[in-house]
Amino acid sequence: MNDLLAGLSEALRLIVTLDADLIEITLRSLQVTLTALVIACAIGLPLGGWLAVRRFRMRRAVIATMNALIGLPPVVVGLIVYLMFSRSGPFGVLGLLFTPTAMIVAQVIIITPLVASIAHQAMRDLWSEYHDLLISMNASRRQRIVTLMLDGRRALLTAALAGFGRAIGEVGAIMIVGGNIDGATRVLTTAIALETGRGNFALALGLGLILIALALIVSLASHWALRTERRGRW
Amino acid sequence: MVNVLPLTLTGAVLTRRDKVLVGPVDLTLGARGITVVIGPNGSGKTSLLRMMHGLQRVTQGSVDWAVPDAQARRRQAYVFQQPIALRRSVLANLIYPLRLHGVPRPQAEAEGRAIAARFGLSGKLAQSAPSLSGGEMQSLALARALITRPDVLFADEPCAALDGQTTRRIEAHLTAAAGAGTRLIMATHDMGQARRLADQVIFLLHGRIHEMGDARPFFNGPATPEAAAFLRGDIVD
Repeated sequence: MNDLLAGLSEALRLIVTLDADLIEITLRSLQVTLTALVIACAIGLPLGGWLAVRRFRMRRAVIATMNALIGLPPVVVGLIVYLMFSRSGPFGVLGLLFTPTAMIVAQVIIITPLVASIAHQAMRDLWSEYHDLLISMNASRRQRIVTLMLDGRRALLTAALAGFGRAIGEVGAIMIVGGNIDGATRVLTTAIALETGRGNFALALGLGLILIALALIVSLASHWALRTERRGRW
Repeated sequence: MVNVLPLTLTGAVLTRRDKVLVGPVDLTLGARGITVVIGPNGSGKTSLLRMMHGLQRVTQGSVDWAVPDAQARRRQAYVFQQPIALRRSVLANLIYPLRLHGVPRPQAEAEGRAIAARFGLSGKLAQSAPSLSGGEMQSLALARALITRPDVLFADEPCAALDGQTTRRIEAHLTAAAGAGTRLIMATHDMGQARRLADQVIFLLHGRIHEMGDARPFFNGPATPEAAAFLRGDIVD
């Protein structure tokens, strides 16, 4: 209990004093996560829509694989990305290991299947509702996907938020590919892991509370922006 | 612009899981008028309409229009028995087909407002379409179908489960559309409605055209005992 109170007090102190390290780490966390999220959404949301409207051989296998990839162990993803970007790896020449870019790549790999899978579920339900109408109106495949994405935007917000939640809280992969370098690749989760290892529980907990608050703020802001759960919409 | 009609079905058969739903059907429908498809439940009315419209592909035979298929598809519309509303405002629903056809938004919105006025939906343009009543939803579906001035309108029991006043309004819109040159092909189980609207009748039984002809002679004296029994209200199976 004392640790919790100390953590809360530390979190407040860091926020009130606008601690420079905290701000830097938080901004980097947001930069890495939001960039990964934008890329994952750009891939996953249309992919979910496409899988909902397109019939082809092996479609079930593709969907099952996509769903299975949700459970990708982040440390394994981190290891693979590490090997790809290490000096002897195929992309070693790019010199991206231990940079935020490598962290973004790892996060994109981790969250894209999640975003695509949730988007697919939502688009599939909406497609079953719209199918006859859109076929009847002779909408092209692209027009169908765009329509589903526009009309299912609230469900897609859920997909994006799930991706954000997974990415902002991710530690294993980005620790491996980012290296938790102070001032370069340290983010909230890796800082928490580091401070916990050092025995600075109050600081670790304080960072944890800020991380939770951040996730809440992003979620609330997204719902507010898309005007979900408004009164009178029941 | 060349009309997409006549529509010709040649030996058209629609099957699902080896069960014949409709066919074989041979018919030609000309460019004008209202054709009403009637028949007992399960006789294949909806399947016939869907097959003609291309919502379901024929298993055998062919469905041919006077113009290439892709062109014909763009100049047809379909009103479903259970109206489907996009999860958008009424105005966004109305202009949706125009936007699909590449009509600029300002022009589409102007046309949307004009047709909404004709269909009594002007006061509801900003309202979410799924929150409309059943009658309003069907009016919206019909207005949306007619906004592109299609050559052919398929209507599958467009007044099912609607009250008398709404039915009368929908029928007036259907008649007006037919008068304006849209070929109407509709299914109904309401014999009163069939008598009020039909120029031509197709009587379906067990997925086949049992009798087809001009409406007045059909209703005054059907050629087959099954059609006569159906018109009397007897159970025909």
